[in-house]
Amino acid sequence: MEKLIAIIPALPFLGFVLNGLGVGKLSKGLAGGIGALASLAAFVVSLVVLFQFKSGDGQAVVVNLWTWMSSSSWKIDFSFHVDQLTLIMLMVVTGVGFLIHVFSIGYMHEDEGFGKFFSFLNLFLFSMLILVLGGNLLMTFIGWEGVGLCSFLLIGFWNKNEAFNEAAKKAFVMNRIGDLGFLAGIFLILFRFGTCQYTELVQAFGAIETVNDPYLVWTGICFFIGAMGKSAQLPLFTWLPDAMAGPTPVSALIHAATMVTSGIYLVIRMNALYATIPDVQEFILWIGMATALIGALIGTSQNDIKKVLAYSTVSQLGFMFVALGVGAYTAALFHVITHAFFKALLFLGAGSVIHGLHEEQDIRKMGGLKKALPITYITFLVANLAIAGIPPFSGFFSKDEILAHTFASNKVAYIVLAVIAGITAFYMFRLLFLVFFNQYRGKLSAEKIHESPASMSIPLIILAVLSTVGGFIGLPEVFHFPHLLGDFLAPVLQPAKSFANTHSLSHTISHSEEWMVMGASVVISLVGIGIAYSMYISKKLVPSDEAPVGILHKLTSNKFYFDEIYDVIILKPIHLISGIFAILIDILIINLFVEAVGILTKGLSMGLKTSQSGKVTGYAFLMFCSILAFTVFYLIKVF
Amino acid sequence: MNQIPEIFRVVPVNHFVILASILFSIGILGVLTRRSAIIIFMSIELMLNSVNLLFVAFSTYKSDPAGQVFVFFIMAIAAAEVAVGLAIIVMIYRRIRSTDVSILNNLKG
Amino acid sequence: MVLNLFYFLSFLAILSGIMVVVSKNPIHSVLYLILTFFTLSGHYILLNAQFISIVNLIVYAGAIMVLFLFTIMFLNLQDDSFTGSRIMFHVAALLMVIAFAGILVVKLGGAQIDVADDASFNSQVGMVENLGMTLFNKFLVPFELVSVLFLSAMVGAVMLGRKEKGERNF
Repeated sequence: MEKLIAIIPALPFLGFVLNGLGVGKLSKGLAGGIGALASLAAFVVSLVVLFQFKSGDGQAVVVNLWTWMSSSSWKIDFSFHVDQLTLIMLMVVTGVGFLIHVFSIGYMHEDEGFGKFFSFLNLFLFSMLILVLGGNLLMTFIGWEGVGLCSFLLIGFWNKNEAFNEAAKKAFVMNRIGDLGFLAGIFLILFRFGTCQYTELVQAFGAIETVNDPYLVWTGICFFIGAMGKSAQLPLFTWLPDAMAGPTPVSALIHAATMVTSGIYLVIRMNALYATIPDVQEFILWIGMATALIGALIGTSQNDIKKVLAYSTVSQLGFMFVALGVGAYTAALFHVITHAFFKALLFLGAGSVIHGLHEEQDIRKMGGLKKALPITYITFLVANLAIAGIPPFSGFFSKDEILAHTFASNKVAYIVLAVIAGITAFYMFRLLFLVFFNQYRGKLSAEKIHESPASMSIPLIILAVLSTVGGFIGLPEVFHFPHLLGDFLAPVLQPAKSFANTHSLSHTISHSEEWMVMGASVVISLVGIGIAYSMYISKKLVPSDEAPVGILHKLTSNKFYFDEIYDVIILKPIHLISGIFAILIDILIINLFVEAVGILTKGLSMGLKTSQSGKVTGYAFLMFCSILAFTVFYLIKVF
Repeated sequence: MNQIPEIFRVVPVNHFVILASILFSIGILGVLTRRSAIIIFMSIELMLNSVNLLFVAFSTYKSDPAGQVFVFFIMAIAAAEVAVGLAIIVMIYRRIRSTDVSILNNLKG
Repeated sequence: MVLNLFYFLSFLAILSGIMVVVSKNPIHSVLYLILTFFTLSGHYILLNAQFISIVNLIVYAGAIMVLFLFTIMFLNLQDDSFTGSRIMFHVAALLMVIAFAGILVVKLGGAQIDVADDASFNSQVGMVENLGMTLFNKFLVPFELVSVLFLSAMVGAVMLGRKEKGERNF
């Protein structure tokens, strides 16, 4: 099994190398085939590893490739760590990744950078697999950085557009700020425990007795800052909407299904640590809550189809962090999985719409596409039902589990979260109604609007099926059906659970309360859908093109002025300081020092040049002078 | 002829060293000071001869014939050198119509 | 008597050496140099180096100086005049040469030099037979090489002296 585990990341890396070297030389079919095949192969191998693991004893498998660094007190290896959490992430990443590769073959068909795109996609897959398979914090960090890099490359893929480049830079810089936190966390862990290997850390965390040890509180906060940057939490979330500048498959893969969930993966991986620091968990809870709220509010007034989905991603990520904040790690992972399905489906559907309307993205110019794009409509509807939390779709089960756990630990947080769920249903259905219902408001003629080819439609259908049935891996207890995901994941979360139990930090929820929560969430979702229906179907409202009126509308459609605030607080002072440095220090002082060397050399050479008179007598004189010097030295000093 | 030459008893060898040094220095002065290539050449001959004198003096005082044989060779080489050197001077004269060495400053700078 | 002769010859040598360097007329310089050679030959005779003294006269004064004279007359050299702009240089050179000479005279002249003692003194050093024996036994190879040197000097001189195409006669 070790060999298979090592092969998993090697396959997309091979695809990256082949596609990268063959840019411009390979035909489009071949490049796309290599890319898709690499991800399919990775998926199949992951499946095989899963079966082998299940037939084993359930202990984590560590594959040690080579020793990377070692000093007298610690050793870091280049190793992979496979346990239940890893396997789940592997299946999601490679499976959804494969579907998106297939979709991209159709979507990017006319683009000249086709081969480049697939090589970047494979590189991203490789980095994400390293992140997920990493056996210690440093390996995860390598993958972390790698996906950040690929995010930059792919957001700025159409690099002739300056605005897209700015968006890519913004994403990378914000990720970097988070990475600083991650790195600080690694240093703190190394200093305290002398290792960053996960298997050893789990034992070390298990031996902790004190709750809220200040050192560990800071460590937890540092890792969470890393997660904040990567998973777009407040205040490092403004890069995600701007990242919609990249091609739609990129948004689907990176900014919906995989990269943005790395933060959640990290916290679940370190669950043994976070269980001992409930203060940080509370901090995570409120940050997640705020993010979910702001994302949802902004999403209600956006008019670009991808921006709505981007803000909905921010909001859903907030949900996942709320789940982590209350200690419901299984619920968070469950929501990661279902979110991967329906959000990828939503983005791919949006891509299908954009492709069918020939690159139109403003929903005010869409409408009535139900008949023109039937497959897209049906799959989009399925995804919407999932995200709104309507049973029996997958989103209902995962969201309901989060709500239930939140109810059990913090009633105020539960109420806010429930309201946010309602707002989510509202703006998602607003999007659906505006795009697919009523009359077409755009300028294209009817025959130009076409449904997508099979390469794009089939992944949509597959994802729709997964969004429908995916919920059944995590049915709540009240249905008297085993929680498949929870049972599978239990060994990984064992340390957190035992710590919570010994220090009486865990919460439980009774069956009747659970039914109440389920019912309440369905009702709230239906209310949200109803409001959207009345606004956009009954009254046939269309978002106007003029400036927003009313304070709430103004705030939400201008994204709560976050970008502007950052610009004033952070960007302008930095530009000012760097301008000062550029002129004052660079031009005046450093240039002076550098030029001084040249001036000195020139002056010296001008001075020495006069000794080369060209006259023989002068040279003879100099020779005689040196002989005289020798004579003086030897005769007077030596004798 | 089979007795020790009288100079051996009368004049210490240091006097010859002094004489040779003075002649040598005069030769150097000629090389540095004069502008005509011929005169410089003659000063070099003067220097060579001062060295010849020193060799012969030491050969006598140390009773070793190798010194005089070496003088022999020095003279031979000086002759060859003068032959070639004067040919060069004539060539230079053909170019610049003068033997003034201060004119030859193409290596300046 | 030998001492007086020695001092007289030395004085003459130094005087004519200075005149070689100082004379304006190149012919005068040549003549003074010949005088120097004569005084040095006198020294050689005092030192019982008879062969060398005669060879000195024949080779140096008789052949090399004649060559110099030929060249001077061939090139029709005029008096070499001192230009005033190089006075500083002359003074500097003079001072340094005086310093050089002074150091050599004081240090080497006052040094302790070992000479052969009476018992091992070979009075035949300097005689032709003795020189010949040394030359052809110990110094045979340099002797042959000198002949090669002469050959190359001859060839070189002839090559250098050739007239180039298109060049006028003097």
